[in-house]
Amino acid sequence: MPKNKKKIGAYWASSCGGCDVALLGLHEKILDLLDFADIAFWPAATDFKYEDLKGYGKNELDLTFFNGGIRTTENEEIAELLREKSELLVAYGTCAHQGGIPGLANMSEEVDLFDTVYKGTPTSTNPENIFPQESTKKDGQTLNLPGLQERVRSLDRVVDVDYTVPGCPPPPDLTEDFLDLLVKGALPEKGSVVAGTKSVCDECSREWNRETIDELVRPQETEIDPDKCLLDQGIICMGPVTRSGCDGSCPEANMPCKGCFGPPPEVEDQGTEMLNSLASVLQLGEEGQALEQEKELLSDLPDPIGTFYTFSLSNSILGGKVSEGGENDRT
Amino acid sequence: MEFEPKLVGFLCKWCSSAGADLAGVSRKSYPPNLVPITVNCSGRIDVNHIVRALKDGADGVLVSGCHPGDCHYTSGNYKTWRRVALLKHVLEDFGMNPDRVRLEWVSATEGEKFARTVEEFTDEIKELGPGPFSNAKE
Amino acid sequence: MAIKPRIGVFICHCGENIAGTVDVSGLAEDIIGYDNVAFSTDYEYMCSDPGQNKIKEAIEEENLTGVVVAACSPSMHEETFRGAVEDVGLNRYQCEIANIREQCSWVHGEDGDKPTEKALKIIKGVVEKVKRNVSMEPVEREHADKCLVIGGGIAGIQAALDVAEAGNEVILVEKEPTIGGHMAQLSETFPTLDCSQCILTPKMVELNQHPNIELLAYSEVKEISGYVGNYSAQIERKPTYVDTDACNLCGDCEDVCPVEVTDEFNQGLDTRKAINIPFSQAIPSSYTLDTDACLGLNPLRCSECAEACDADAIDFDQSSEYVEEEFGAVIVATGYDLYPKEEMGEYGYGKYEDVVDGLQFERMLSATGPTGGVVRRPSDGKIPENVVFIQCSGSRDPENHNSYCSKICCMYTAKHAKLYKETVPDGNAYVFYIDIRAGGKDYEEFIQDVQEEDRVLYLKGKVSKLKRVDEKMRVWGLDEIAGERVEIDADLVVLAQSIVPSKGTDETSKKLNLNLGANGFFKEAHPKLRPVESLTGGVFFAGTGQGPKDIPDSVSQGSGAAAKAIDLLSKPTLSHDPQVVEIDEDLCSGCGLCVGQCPYDALEINSRGVAEVNEILCEGCGTCASGCPTNALSLRNLTDEQLTEMIHAHIGD
Repeated sequence: MPKNKKKIGAYWASSCGGCDVALLGLHEKILDLLDFADIAFWPAATDFKYEDLKGYGKNELDLTFFNGGIRTTENEEIAELLREKSELLVAYGTCAHQGGIPGLANMSEEVDLFDTVYKGTPTSTNPENIFPQESTKKDGQTLNLPGLQERVRSLDRVVDVDYTVPGCPPPPDLTEDFLDLLVKGALPEKGSVVAGTKSVCDECSREWNRETIDELVRPQETEIDPDKCLLDQGIICMGPVTRSGCDGSCPEANMPCKGCFGPPPEVEDQGTEMLNSLASVLQLGEEGQALEQEKELLSDLPDPIGTFYTFSLSNSILGGKVSEGGENDRT
Repeated sequence: MEFEPKLVGFLCKWCSSAGADLAGVSRKSYPPNLVPITVNCSGRIDVNHIVRALKDGADGVLVSGCHPGDCHYTSGNYKTWRRVALLKHVLEDFGMNPDRVRLEWVSATEGEKFARTVEEFTDEIKELGPGPFSNAKE
Repeated sequence: MAIKPRIGVFICHCGENIAGTVDVSGLAEDIIGYDNVAFSTDYEYMCSDPGQNKIKEAIEEENLTGVVVAACSPSMHEETFRGAVEDVGLNRYQCEIANIREQCSWVHGEDGDKPTEKALKIIKGVVEKVKRNVSMEPVEREHADKCLVIGGGIAGIQAALDVAEAGNEVILVEKEPTIGGHMAQLSETFPTLDCSQCILTPKMVELNQHPNIELLAYSEVKEISGYVGNYSAQIERKPTYVDTDACNLCGDCEDVCPVEVTDEFNQGLDTRKAINIPFSQAIPSSYTLDTDACLGLNPLRCSECAEACDADAIDFDQSSEYVEEEFGAVIVATGYDLYPKEEMGEYGYGKYEDVVDGLQFERMLSATGPTGGVVRRPSDGKIPENVVFIQCSGSRDPENHNSYCSKICCMYTAKHAKLYKETVPDGNAYVFYIDIRAGGKDYEEFIQDVQEEDRVLYLKGKVSKLKRVDEKMRVWGLDEIAGERVEIDADLVVLAQSIVPSKGTDETSKKLNLNLGANGFFKEAHPKLRPVESLTGGVFFAGTGQGPKDIPDSVSQGSGAAAKAIDLLSKPTLSHDPQVVEIDEDLCSGCGLCVGQCPYDALEINSRGVAEVNEILCEGCGTCASGCPTNALSLRNLTDEQLTEMIHAHIGD
């Protein structure tokens, strides 16, 4: 074992597992990584227990890739523990960065979530209405499960994050680039999102004309012109409000950008920015001649939160479902 | 103590702020809850500004610009019209009463309309009660 | 921020206007603790000399970087206070007004402490803005000195003359071989009945002889690009095959020319030769050889005209010349056409010879027209005894034709009926109308005179059917006032045909990036307040291209457009309000969403793939800054940060 070999950790919180697969997606590059570092903690791939993690000293791990959002008390506890044990903590993938798709659950109350997951789905059979409990006593033993928190939060809302590698999941070359920078000791300023600094439009090769948009259509409802800007074709593409760095892979594959890289540097709320941009340019015919029709079209837009806040609801200004009456948290 | 809503008003300089001035000149009184911000054009108002105001504790936001066809910059108000329309739809999905955001066309000659708009809006928000992130004293 | 802002807040009592409702001295005390407020005071009348001096002294003594005057509306004294701060070297944009009179004290007189609380919030908001303001200087840019006038009808002629009289060089481009436009075709003009050519031709001559005007007739603007003050145009001079200077108008060429074609100037009521002059007073006064009609510009086929010309003025070898010029201002005076026959199914227009339009009737009435001023019906040359005039033909008919009112038809129809009655005193004139619009000076009196003195019969109602019966045009209509159907056997029917933008309007709008309204006429920058300006800076409208109008209105608008052009050209440089949009190229992705949102075409994506603003064209509305998805665009001195901080200041905690 060479001297000064680094120790690397990886962890999954509230996520689908795709980010762990994305790490393996480095293929032979992962061998280069192993020349440079040992894996010191990676529950998805190797047999480590939390006790092992607790045994490490402060900052003993040189770097930890943390994927997934913070959904449970366990997620939060381990995030704090990993923060303590890691020199550099990397929010890896959209869920750690923006809350991701699990963040859409912020539109629902816990009771409704449980009802859907453990009873409501077509594959659920639960005649006795058994739902997970944080604490269950049986035969004199107590079994504890982590509690669900009120909201899904991105990692940086819970602990300090040093770097973010965005994407759902992060494309392999982005992870490689990050590792190259790490190996060379050339990482940018702390707090950086290690991707592009503009929007997906910067990388998208489609041609735009910015004339009127005649209608809004879903990709499956139309034959998409492979050369024209999707927005010009009336397809909601999140490219304009999504950070670059993916080489425009979705629009290049004839599908609209869904926004997985999160907002560009100066945008606070990706979804709000997009709805604002879309409304600004959604013009049916000559400007001012079809106001009522435009209003109707926009007011009937199906599933606006799912459309505009697919990955970023947790980090949006409103953060999720709010209730009237002034008792919502303003942080 | 009665709920006194905090209201932010974005007024375009050419029509609505001039309309508010006319309300002043003609001494059309209205409740003091709405604090005005004059902007060049209602088109300068971005959905983010409105959401920001609501999140920071406003109980309601008024956006007021020139009547359709009269925009000093010809078409800024049409952009605002669409932005507010979509925002209201989204706010409703978020669980917020979309009536907390109001768009009203007020021309430079409509001092009375401005005063009446603010009065109505204040009453309406009083009726609705504090907004989701309200910091108004109750 | 390099220097910590030091803001001074000056609270005006405005006598009792503010102080009677708002606790002004309390405000001055409260605001001093607020971030970056280095000085505050209150005074009875801030706008007075002593009030302004207080501001000036404080700027100097307290090293203020910004000033907030809490007083009346900025529309009252913003200029006053900005002038004052400038006197002591502070940039004028570092001074802002907090309106605590019109929008506070005057409307909250009965609300106890609340007006004071609201005033404090307003002031805090403006402090947040001012402390982030940047100093700005007006944007200055050089401009070209010439004016381009497109279209040589009466509006374009008037505009060109006015601009030239003010000492500017003008190039007038007319696509026809002569200037004069439709006015040259008219017989007399309402309501004074001056002979149209008698009042027009002196202006045509004046224009032609004006040292500052270059007339390019039979020419077209092929390309034009640029922006306010700096347009460059390429103009094609089509060959007339006649040397204008050599031609002495003897007419020998015309006499020998073997080709006869329809005469457009006489609205098809007559024929002309392939080589022709539209009318004897045409300017430039020279013949033009119409190549579409000519046998072929080839001496082997026919060279009768060239052989007949003693002046050797005919030159078959001429070809198009291209003139490249720079212009500071452009006046578009491209005029109107009649609503085409092909679009009209009713009234037998284009089907029956004895159904003519207003311009054809003008030519019949004209002493220089095909009938020498005697009204004769086209089919057999007979003088008509019964003439039916139908108003609103193609106008005010949203279901079938144009929804708008063509504005001039009521008046010219009355004139037509009057002139007809004067030449055929025993004849009968009937006018079908929807209603009479005679809203010009002396217009209503004219109509009354036609109805009462000339005994023209006005029938309120529409014509339902029109058909040829033997030699007559039988007209069925409704007299709504009498409540009965009427049937008239007319010798001649005259349609007050709707007017539409001239044929090239669409093309011109594209070349100059001009907007067209729903009816296809040019769209002005503001329907009430900027009626002669287009949204494209430095391009102005004159005449009927912008909407139907009569001669006095066209002339007025010609002068109005000229005044705007002169105003622009007379400035040594173009100066522009510096509150424009700025672009952070590091954030701009070149998505182009801003480009379509700008009503002034001030934005483009440049060769580096990022947005670029033309500061001369930007009017500073900030719509694009709000619509920019990456926040790469911001409006100077009204940035997102400023707005956000103002919101914070207002809501507080």
